[in-house]
Amino acid sequence: MMERTTTEPGVIPPSLSPNQRAWRRFAENRRAVVSAWLLAGLVLVVVVWPVALRLAGLAGHRGAEFARNHQPDTLSEEQLQPPGLKHWFGTDMHGRDLYSRVLYGAQISLLVGVVGAGVSLIIGVLWGAIAGYAGGRLDSLMMRFVDILYSLPSIIFVIVLITTLESMFKRWLATHGSPALAGSVRLLLLFTGLGAVSWLTMARIVRGQVLSLRGRAFVEASRALGAGPARILGRHIIPNTLGVVIVYLTLTVPAIILYESFLSYLGLGIQPPMASWGSLIAEGADQMNPIRIYWWLIVFPGGGLVTTLLALNFLGDGLRDAWDVRG
Amino acid sequence: MYFLKRLLLVPPLLLLISFLAFVLVHLAPGGPFDRDRGPASPEIERAIRAKYHLDEPVLKQYARYLGLVWEKDPHGHWRHAPASFDISLKYRNHSVTAIIAQALPVSATLGFLAFGFALGVGLPVGYFTSVRRGRWEDYAGSLFALLVICVPALVVAPLLLMIFAIHWRLFPVALWGSPWHAVLPTTALGLYFSGRVARLLQEGMLAVMPSEFITAARAKGLGENAVLLKHAFRLAVLPVVSYSGPMLADLLTGSFIIESIFQIPGLGMQLINSSLNSDYTVTVALALLYALLLILLNLLVDFAYVLLDRRVAYQ
Repeated sequence: MMERTTTEPGVIPPSLSPNQRAWRRFAENRRAVVSAWLLAGLVLVVVVWPVALRLAGLAGHRGAEFARNHQPDTLSEEQLQPPGLKHWFGTDMHGRDLYSRVLYGAQISLLVGVVGAGVSLIIGVLWGAIAGYAGGRLDSLMMRFVDILYSLPSIIFVIVLITTLESMFKRWLATHGSPALAGSVRLLLLFTGLGAVSWLTMARIVRGQVLSLRGRAFVEASRALGAGPARILGRHIIPNTLGVVIVYLTLTVPAIILYESFLSYLGLGIQPPMASWGSLIAEGADQMNPIRIYWWLIVFPGGGLVTTLLALNFLGDGLRDAWDVRG
Repeated sequence: MYFLKRLLLVPPLLLLISFLAFVLVHLAPGGPFDRDRGPASPEIERAIRAKYHLDEPVLKQYARYLGLVWEKDPHGHWRHAPASFDISLKYRNHSVTAIIAQALPVSATLGFLAFGFALGVGLPVGYFTSVRRGRWEDYAGSLFALLVICVPALVVAPLLLMIFAIHWRLFPVALWGSPWHAVLPTTALGLYFSGRVARLLQEGMLAVMPSEFITAARAKGLGENAVLLKHAFRLAVLPVVSYSGPMLADLLTGSFIIESIFQIPGLGMQLINSSLNSDYTVTVALALLYALLLILLNLLVDFAYVLLDRRVAYQ
């Protein structure tokens, strides 16, 4: 902090390590920092709100009523109420509190984004690292495969994959598992399906990194000491690509959230009674009629989606600029 | 040579895609006739499945799909079995070609209209934000570009509907017919891309304007408009040209949401319906069509690049 006050803003002392300098650059980027705080706040509210409702339920008569009114699944007689003091974001066609529904949807949207990005991370890093490290014919074969996948319309494969796998899963569950699991099948499919089409750029970036790391002295040294390819990749090369990977990961999360909301909007994603921002917007669009306009059904879930996408993109751009990563 | 090689790669690629898509859709349990009315007797169901050859192994069905099956007829002669790729399983009286012939013009019209919208709105916005740097035109234009890039179509489209179709009743709410029907879907589809175009042109102009040949043109006494339009714009627009290829591909293959919101009978609607109905042949044909569009447009863009910029060479 002392250094901060003595140096001029924008001038970063060269005595710092590259990592420290990157953090400095990041801290100077107001848009990215505000976005980071905004996202932290959103996650906090999403986590705290259900707990708060649970606690309110224990706190006497009025608290219990408040909790009951605001449970995302409680149906009530107050259908399609505009936003007011009792229901801050209004209510939907079943009289459910939209504020709770939007937060509940946020939970699922964020979860799909993060887990889907995680799946794409695993596939992309392994694919890129193996291709880059192996080199030669295997490398060009693997990268040609990535090129081909790039030229395919991925949304079609997600749609076909999800409809196909879902009916397979359902049949399997009907004979082997419990029917209670059926609801989460879509969620699982979304994780894997969206991750499975979003790893291409990650694989390219990691391969590029591995190619440049492969010839470094410390890798040579490790090989001279008798380490096998798996050990060299796992201990030396992949950990060194992590910075780049994490930066790119922050840009994958919003892409997957947007993808999920597309699919949910089309009815191929999250199924009721679960909700995500996409399915909430779809429910709102279904209620559109020429007599009354229920703007809150679209504006609030849409606002949540847009704000989150914006913040994640700003954060990702800020991280990328600070660490100077190029795709 | 390079392009010839890539062009030669297209047919095997399409074959691979058709095989993958075919196997994938057939893996799903539940056939195209499951949702039909009435509980058919097992015999009838078996007869229907046999009629459409759904009881055969998937590989044989795939061969039949391509028209590579020869069968013995009752007289013991080997006969070529007709290829099955053109027969829709759900809409018994429609061929797949007819379904596509109906849907493709709709999606193509929507895509090209949105393409025109994106350029028609994006280019002026990008131009004025860079020329009037630091004035209100700049702030308004940049804010517009940022907003439309960040707000996805599935939020924009219902909002446009609510404001212009329901509240002010200026445009029809859904369906496809008169030119009025096209206004809102075109806007909703094209807005994002107009923001991207505006950004690209703005960046290009800002990068070109400080360069020496612009100063030279000014020094020679050319008017400000001539300098900007004839000299700066011509160079700054190049990134937009190269982006327009992928943009067109995105617009032609990415109108699912818009078609679903406005109930437009285009390719996207057909794909979703067919994959939900397990109308195998339609799904596979549409996946192939989308892949072909994407591959050819990408090829075209790379080719146009070489023509535009002689410094680029592919090996």
